[in-house]
Amino acid sequence: MGGAAMTWMSLNWTLALPEIVLSCCGMAILILGVVSRGNFFRLGCMLTVGAFLLTAMLVLSGANGVGYSGLFVTDAYSVFVKLLVLAAATLGVVMSLDYNEHENLRRFEFPVLMLFSTVGMMLMASATSLMTMYMGVELMSLSIYVLAAFARDELRSSEAGLKYFVLGSLASGLLLYGVSLIYGFTGSMDFALLAKALSDPASASPGLVVGIVFVLSGLALKVSAVPFHMWTPDVYEGAPTPVTAFMASAPKVAAMALLVRLMASPFGHLLAQWQQLIVLMSIASMLLGSLAAIGQRNFKRLMAYSSIGHMGYALIGLAAGTQAGVRGVLIYLVTYVFMNIGTFALIIAMRRRGRAVEGITDLAGLGRTDPAMALGLAVFMFSMAGIPPFSGFWGKYFIFTAAVQQGMWALAVIGVLTSVIGAFYYIRIIKVMYFDAPDEAFDVRPASLSFVAGVGGLFTTLFFLYPAPVVAAAEAAAKVLFG
Amino acid sequence: MLYAVAVFAPLLGSVVAGFFGKAIGDRAAQAVTILCMLLASACGVASFVSLVYQGGTPGVVDLGTWVDAGSFHVSWALRYDTLSAVMVAMVTCVATLIHIYSVGYMSHDNSIARFFSYLSLFTFAMLMLVTADNLLQLFFGWEGVGLASYLLIGFWYEKPSACAAAMKAFIVNRIGDLGFAVGIALVFFTFGSIQFGDIFAAIGQHSADTYHVLGGTWPAFEVIGVLLFIGAMGKSAQLGLHVWLPDAMEGPTPVSALIHAATMVTAGVFLMARMSPLLDHAPGALAFVAVVGGSTALFAATIGCVQNDIKRVIAYSTCSQLGYMFVAAGVGAYQASIFHLLTHAFFKALLFMGAGSVIHAMSDEQDIRKMGGIWKKIPLTYTVMWIGSLALGGVYPFAGYFSKDAILEAAWASDSASGHYGFWCGLIAAFLTAFYSWRLLILTFHGKPRADHHTMEHVHESPAVMTVPLILLAIGAVVLGFLFRDQLLGEHWQAFWGQSIQIAADNHVLHAMEEVPGWVALAPSVLGFAGIALAYFMYMAVPSLPGQLASAFAPVYRFLLNKWYFDELYDAVLVRPLMALSRLLWQVGDATLIDGIPNGMASLTSDSSAQVVKVQTGSIANYAFAMLIGVVALISVFLIFR
Repeated sequence: MGGAAMTWMSLNWTLALPEIVLSCCGMAILILGVVSRGNFFRLGCMLTVGAFLLTAMLVLSGANGVGYSGLFVTDAYSVFVKLLVLAAATLGVVMSLDYNEHENLRRFEFPVLMLFSTVGMMLMASATSLMTMYMGVELMSLSIYVLAAFARDELRSSEAGLKYFVLGSLASGLLLYGVSLIYGFTGSMDFALLAKALSDPASASPGLVVGIVFVLSGLALKVSAVPFHMWTPDVYEGAPTPVTAFMASAPKVAAMALLVRLMASPFGHLLAQWQQLIVLMSIASMLLGSLAAIGQRNFKRLMAYSSIGHMGYALIGLAAGTQAGVRGVLIYLVTYVFMNIGTFALIIAMRRRGRAVEGITDLAGLGRTDPAMALGLAVFMFSMAGIPPFSGFWGKYFIFTAAVQQGMWALAVIGVLTSVIGAFYYIRIIKVMYFDAPDEAFDVRPASLSFVAGVGGLFTTLFFLYPAPVVAAAEAAAKVLFG
Repeated sequence: MLYAVAVFAPLLGSVVAGFFGKAIGDRAAQAVTILCMLLASACGVASFVSLVYQGGTPGVVDLGTWVDAGSFHVSWALRYDTLSAVMVAMVTCVATLIHIYSVGYMSHDNSIARFFSYLSLFTFAMLMLVTADNLLQLFFGWEGVGLASYLLIGFWYEKPSACAAAMKAFIVNRIGDLGFAVGIALVFFTFGSIQFGDIFAAIGQHSADTYHVLGGTWPAFEVIGVLLFIGAMGKSAQLGLHVWLPDAMEGPTPVSALIHAATMVTAGVFLMARMSPLLDHAPGALAFVAVVGGSTALFAATIGCVQNDIKRVIAYSTCSQLGYMFVAAGVGAYQASIFHLLTHAFFKALLFMGAGSVIHAMSDEQDIRKMGGIWKKIPLTYTVMWIGSLALGGVYPFAGYFSKDAILEAAWASDSASGHYGFWCGLIAAFLTAFYSWRLLILTFHGKPRADHHTMEHVHESPAVMTVPLILLAIGAVVLGFLFRDQLLGEHWQAFWGQSIQIAADNHVLHAMEEVPGWVALAPSVLGFAGIALAYFMYMAVPSLPGQLASAFAPVYRFLLNKWYFDELYDAVLVRPLMALSRLLWQVGDATLIDGIPNGMASLTSDSSAQVVKVQTGSIANYAFAMLIGVVALISVFLIFR
């Protein structure tokens, strides 16, 4: 370890100040919830949002560096991911306000679970050791298992939670087994040391390779990449809709970011070897995401396949294995989060005579009964289909450009073809809204959902006017991994 | 300036009536278009007079650049020379009279503003055509005329026959236009310009040019001449491409008058005169023109003899008279062809509008077998129809006498095989023309009334708004011939035409026609009177004779009645095979193959979707199994391919 190890001995614990503050806030809200009389749900949500905003400010103002003896890092990459995660989590909490009131889920643990899940994600973004990585993943997942089963009186929700928990545990097992293999064959869990040990690709033993695949599989379940996607439709459909919205945005970002960091930095020299795995998973995800979505009648289930497809596109950027590719992944994640959250806000708004509905046919004639909502959904659908000038187009643009620069024509072509297929089911929703005979109008939309949909819609629509800040930040973040 | 007003006033009228007709009402739309036309004709006549009789200088009115690409420059420009000025004066005057006449004729129609807008657009397009300073602008007017004729022939678009006729006119013209367009391209290829001035100045340098295509060597001017003439054949309804003209009768009668007299069909003749400097160096193409012209003159006259629709008889006479004009152009007597064009414009407009007046009087009856005995009831119409027929038949001193005789004399004087062929065809056609004209007059106006009692009670003279234009046209049909004969064709023709018609140094046909043998000059008149006499004998003296003749020579009669079976021939040779081919391409090529590929891909996609979804069983065990299989697969891939 030598002299360098000596400097790591100083803990540099302030680097993790945002996570520490957020955790303390979480515990405080928990205590307040327990001791308070009356319903603490609404106030708890507000406090959680406040805690998220405070944390975001700390993240922005924090210094860069490596702390905790090389277990934890703060750099442009982690800051980018943490801010995106916090934004997604904030919007997720806001979305749950009204839904939980209606569905009799107004329990203060709900925002607290989201908060701790977010702490886990932030940990994942900063992980520079296999151990930190595992801790982050578990903290995030355990909270979400509970959230998925939060409507415990409802069969679908409990089943979703259980399913996710069992399969998630399997994935954790794979992950841990992989970690142990890697440690066994290299003698280290530290990303920097691993990178040094593996700088000669020829030295990678089969055992190590198997370990990498196991870790990859464990993380692939979190991003729901094929063939580890099977839980996604069932859980998305069964979980309470705000939970689904949350699951489809923030954890996806964190898991994808972690996967990218893991592949690019400790295993970066083995690019030629893991590249084809990512390519395979990417193609399979894009194909399945677009094909399976066609037959869906439930909007949430459709969104599950849609997110599988989107993760497939994001994996293209990782498969390129270049700085431009990683930049593409990050931009893609940003556009994905906003259009995804906006769509879910409008799905939550689908409520008729007090009952939530989620069928695609329930949208019939929305263009006449609620033009604003229909317009919003139309924007999100066009964006998801990748139609300019909406942000979804630009996300795909950066990804495909990176792939083409690396000569990965086949991947780009398949990506374009599957997005054509995907356009079918996205645009079918627009057809249902604007050309089918109107159904009964939806209930009045609460302001919180209009706000979330408005934020998503504005970002999606106006991104093309001023993409520079996002692109520059993504560029800087990607540079960390390759610089 | 006046000249530009003459050209663009009809456009203004058309735009106002077309776009604001609903807002300002039919009356105002009529008033605006007619005022614009009156203005245009005043300016048109004024610019003609000032150029020819007051020593005005010919020139070009430049309106601005149109295309400026590489070596290809085209401007919007109005050519101001005698040929253009005389055409502008004629077109604006005749079109104005037709506009005024239409006020009466179309008074019961539902879309009057639209009709007047189209009429003015038609006039404007024709004016663009005759004032063009380059071939592209001429082509613009040419196509504009085609468009306007399509709109007007199909004016009563609720009638399927009118729509079919409009499409037929458009499609047949398209065939000719193709030849014309290729001709223009070859002119640019040869001369490097499509400005008339540049082309005519460079005639001498290129007269020996040749094209090497299809394994042969072709003289450039002959090829260009033939191609331009193919364009002219379409517009001017010459043999082979004439089939649209009789069907164009589906349009309202004023439209027929406009198409047959002032605009559209005369475009081809004008093109020949305009390109005279080039054509005069293409003797082969000219011979072709003369032969086609002569054949058309005779062919159309034979059909005219047996038709029973009053407008169709006159339509075939137009076809025939256009043949005369091409004979004149084909023997190098371009002046004579334009002279006949002028006189024909007046007497043919007169005949058509007179026929319109008859139809109006007979409660929209067009079959001359169901007319007769009405001459006392509509004396004015009767009189003008007489004058029109006398002019058409070539009786001294009516306008047609001078122009038709001049053409036949020129054809004889040209002393060439094609010229003599044109002469003999024209001579026989002159006899037939007189015959069918008087057949028409006698059947329509004389004899016992063959219409039913009800119709006969309603026979009445048309209102003044229709008869006044008839009278004005009748005056033109009487006096134009002897007024202009010597100026246009006499010893000093160059004083009139200036540089607008340039002929080769060895072209002396105008001089030679003054010295043809006496019988050549007399023959047309003699045969004309013979035709009139025969018509009188067959339809007035012995009315049973035509029926007996028709049954005695039934095959000949049917051949003529069915217009030489041209429509049937085209249907069998062109239309049906094309339809069959199109149906094949549609049903096999498009519906099966081209639609089949995306449809097949779509169903493949939805089938795959159904298969993919089947995997989603909902059982945790299955899911976990799939994950483990996935891990195994990934490890295998990794280990095998690394």
